[in-house]
Amino acid sequence: MTVTEDAAAVAPAKEVGQPRRRKEDARLITGRTTWTDNMVLPGMLHLAVVRSPVAHARITAVDVSAAQQAPNVVAVFTGRDLAEEQGSIPCAWPVTPDMVNPGHPSIAVDQVNHVGEAVAIVVGRSKAAATDAVELVDVDYDLLPPVLDLEEAVADGSGLVHDQLASNTSYHFVFDAGDAGTGADTEQAFADAEVVVSRRFVQQRLIPAFMEPRSVVVQPQGENYTMWSATQVPHVLRVMAAMVTGIPEHKLRVIAPDVGGGFGGKLQVNPEEILCLLLARRLGKPVKWTETRSESLMAAHHGRGQVQFIDIASDRQGNVKGLRVRLLADMGAYLRLITPGVPALGAFMFPGIYKFPAYRFECDGVFTNKVPTDAYRGAGRPEATFAVERIMDELAVELGMDPLELRRKNWIQADEFPFTTVAGLEYDSGDYEQATREALELLGYDELRAEQKRRRESGDPVQLGIGFSTFTEMCGLAPSRVLGSLSYGAGGWESASIRMLPTGKVEVVTGSTPHGQGHETAWSQLVADQLGVPFEDVEVLHGDTAISPRGMDTYGSRSLVVGGTAVVKAAEKVVAKARKVAAHLLEASEDDLEFADGKFAVRGTPGATVGIQEIALAVFAAHNYPEDIEPSIDAEATFDPVNFSFPHGTHLCAMEVDTDTGMVKIRKYACVDDVGTIVNPLIVEGQIHGGLAQGIAQALYEEAVYDADGNLTTGSFVDYLVPTAADLPHFDTATTVHAAPGNPIGAKGVGEAGCIASTPAVVNAALDAVRHLGVSDILMPLTPERVWRAIRTGGDGGARATAGTNAYGGAQTESTAGVATPASELGGDR
Amino acid sequence: MTSINVRVDGASYSDDVEPRTLLVHYLRETLGKVGTVVGCDTSNCGACTVHLDGEAVKSCTVFAVQADGSEITTIEGIAGGDGALHPVQKAFHEMHGLQCGYCTPGMIMASIDLLKENPSPSETEIREGIEGNLCRCTGYQNIVRAVQQAAGEMSGATGGQA
Repeated sequence: MTVTEDAAAVAPAKEVGQPRRRKEDARLITGRTTWTDNMVLPGMLHLAVVRSPVAHARITAVDVSAAQQAPNVVAVFTGRDLAEEQGSIPCAWPVTPDMVNPGHPSIAVDQVNHVGEAVAIVVGRSKAAATDAVELVDVDYDLLPPVLDLEEAVADGSGLVHDQLASNTSYHFVFDAGDAGTGADTEQAFADAEVVVSRRFVQQRLIPAFMEPRSVVVQPQGENYTMWSATQVPHVLRVMAAMVTGIPEHKLRVIAPDVGGGFGGKLQVNPEEILCLLLARRLGKPVKWTETRSESLMAAHHGRGQVQFIDIASDRQGNVKGLRVRLLADMGAYLRLITPGVPALGAFMFPGIYKFPAYRFECDGVFTNKVPTDAYRGAGRPEATFAVERIMDELAVELGMDPLELRRKNWIQADEFPFTTVAGLEYDSGDYEQATREALELLGYDELRAEQKRRRESGDPVQLGIGFSTFTEMCGLAPSRVLGSLSYGAGGWESASIRMLPTGKVEVVTGSTPHGQGHETAWSQLVADQLGVPFEDVEVLHGDTAISPRGMDTYGSRSLVVGGTAVVKAAEKVVAKARKVAAHLLEASEDDLEFADGKFAVRGTPGATVGIQEIALAVFAAHNYPEDIEPSIDAEATFDPVNFSFPHGTHLCAMEVDTDTGMVKIRKYACVDDVGTIVNPLIVEGQIHGGLAQGIAQALYEEAVYDADGNLTTGSFVDYLVPTAADLPHFDTATTVHAAPGNPIGAKGVGEAGCIASTPAVVNAALDAVRHLGVSDILMPLTPERVWRAIRTGGDGGARATAGTNAYGGAQTESTAGVATPASELGGDR
Repeated sequence: MTSINVRVDGASYSDDVEPRTLLVHYLRETLGKVGTVVGCDTSNCGACTVHLDGEAVKSCTVFAVQADGSEITTIEGIAGGDGALHPVQKAFHEMHGLQCGYCTPGMIMASIDLLKENPSPSETEIREGIEGNLCRCTGYQNIVRAVQQAAGEMSGATGGQA
């Protein structure tokens, strides 16, 4: 112990709120990274997957003899070889008690249900050897007609994806505010309404398209297994993989090393992860599987994929009276981890920021012969936000009102928080008017409206439109009891622990596993403030179930809100434990101690202080500590939130539409987001930017297109249009701050905001530019062809491309030729 | 197998390679230069960008045998001998031009090449100059800022801001 001079030192600046440059960058900008595919182990074997080239077929024969004879091939496995031990990919979210889950084999045994489904695995001494031999596996398929279109799939007489089931409907999920006691009778509200507007919107299929392809390495060690995987969810994966394979949980360690993005796409228990475990167990050798990009786009789960029937009721003055939502949600061929839950999660967000007195939501989860859908950035909430922000514009047009005035008339006022919505959620805090006012200023709204008028009057071929999205979302997933009430298979808590090392350095263990979000930096900032230690003295450990034994990982904008709070709670416990030691060392009463800037001081006794880092050494030596405690000030905490948090904001897009060519160009994009207290403004801004890019890309560029035979025609980055730097505008971003009352940090979550808010702002802007030309909807993505056709012929722009072209449908592979469906005869399924 | 001699990040290597081996696979699997990564199989993403005799190339579009006799620089070889970061590396850190970091090696190598060709690019020139490299995390705005900042530093001026 040292008693230091009571120097009038300036208190160090608070770390929270500082734009700290990221600790993670040191390895990422120098190439000293630990991506899973970098891993090389002695004797490691490489897997290559033989995938189905057809969407729907019975497997009648699989001949692997030629592949087995190929040079440097060690073994070849078929679905039949693994049928007894593969179990089913787990679905953790049975959203209704009678939800139908046909089971999801990791490798097909008798039947394939989507293009890209695994049918055999080649194990080679090198990746090249295994890949070469894939071509030698001969599979005979007895083709079945594919089920591709959602509306046809639920129509009477549709073919079945799974012929052992009664229909293609997995579940029918209903939330009715009248029944729930959170709102009035919806049917009555519509019956009484002066104005009803009904629209059908389409949420196209998207592909998460994380930059690092999925990769898995499994090392068997006796009866223990270590799995490295490019996953967002090592903790969830460990539990689930143990349950699927029968490997006892305590014999399985899962490590997520550096992970190159996820966006929900790596929130999964992947068939390939299970297969790697099974084969490492069979072969007793380390195995590695790394996908190609084409495999990733084809076989990793997709997102979105909904047909939305939206009805809104109001009076003539624009006071909304009711909202009715009916969804067809594309499950794909199987239910993966939270496939059915994604649209159900969205159920609670369709009312948005508006005071609807009545609300009813119905959703059918529908099987199709496509790769399963699951979480993708926003997961349910972008779909809901799109629908409500689009229908508000349509209602404004119907009423002849300014779309912003209509919103303002109906949104929750700042003095009404906390506000319980018609969906039963308690919105925590915010000020929609303030965010909107600031966003209008940031955009330069009045000048752009004036320019729009000039262009309209002069008949300029380039028209200008302005689109609004005044949104909120539910973040901080999630209160465990609420998840339980929604039949989700796990909780939503998060865990953290803090280890005080003898030299005063600090190890923070978090159960929230980052893959680009900057946890190492932000958690260091939190702990630096809580413990009064230098930012540089904190190391954040994560992503390894042996190091971080408890966790729920990273998704749903939960890391800071839930995981960060667990860190703060653990730090509070460290301080509480250290206080007892400090009192002992300073020979003072605990009640007389003040803790600030990392030091305990005795009130009224200048000079009597001891630092928390010194206490760490004192309890390590353990020569002198209070008799009634253990010699440790380490602590752990688990935080289970009692409510979600609700970021909100106003996003404005000004869009130029060239009516001669159909080209759209974002002239200006401005947004003001309220994500609560900001721990690191640099990271927050980066998250907003990245979210905007993905939300804008849904509006303008991206779509997973299947042809009439169920082939993914956007199967590489040539066709699946992840935007480049040249495709995106500069973003003008700002924030307002209304702290979240539900956690001590005050954070609301920022990971998904930009992605959720931006899509409807962009589409509303394009429609605002051409609505006077008779256009009231254009399907996403707003390709020049669709925009051009909508302007020329009215309607929604139609399918992605002209009939007969590859993207439209009718494209056939040699193996699918001759399998005619009504859709393929028409030249397309869309 | 074909014999090749290359210099990579300042060291000389002699290896026998299959004629079909791509340069990126040679770098990663034979030399252990795993800082350079693979992000696609159609030469769209640029994650594998390295410098071949001073020019940025996507190392998935070059056969290892084509690099015979060449000087290759990867992300692992651009910092100074004393470990001092290259101005572009430093700028990506300063301007938060990366999140998950998977595209970053290629993005930095492409940006260095861009600045060699055009030492003071406009925002549009930067956006078009790095068009061959995909990033899924950042929305590119901070990458543009980073390149502007690096341009300023490399030309001796104070850092530019977006």
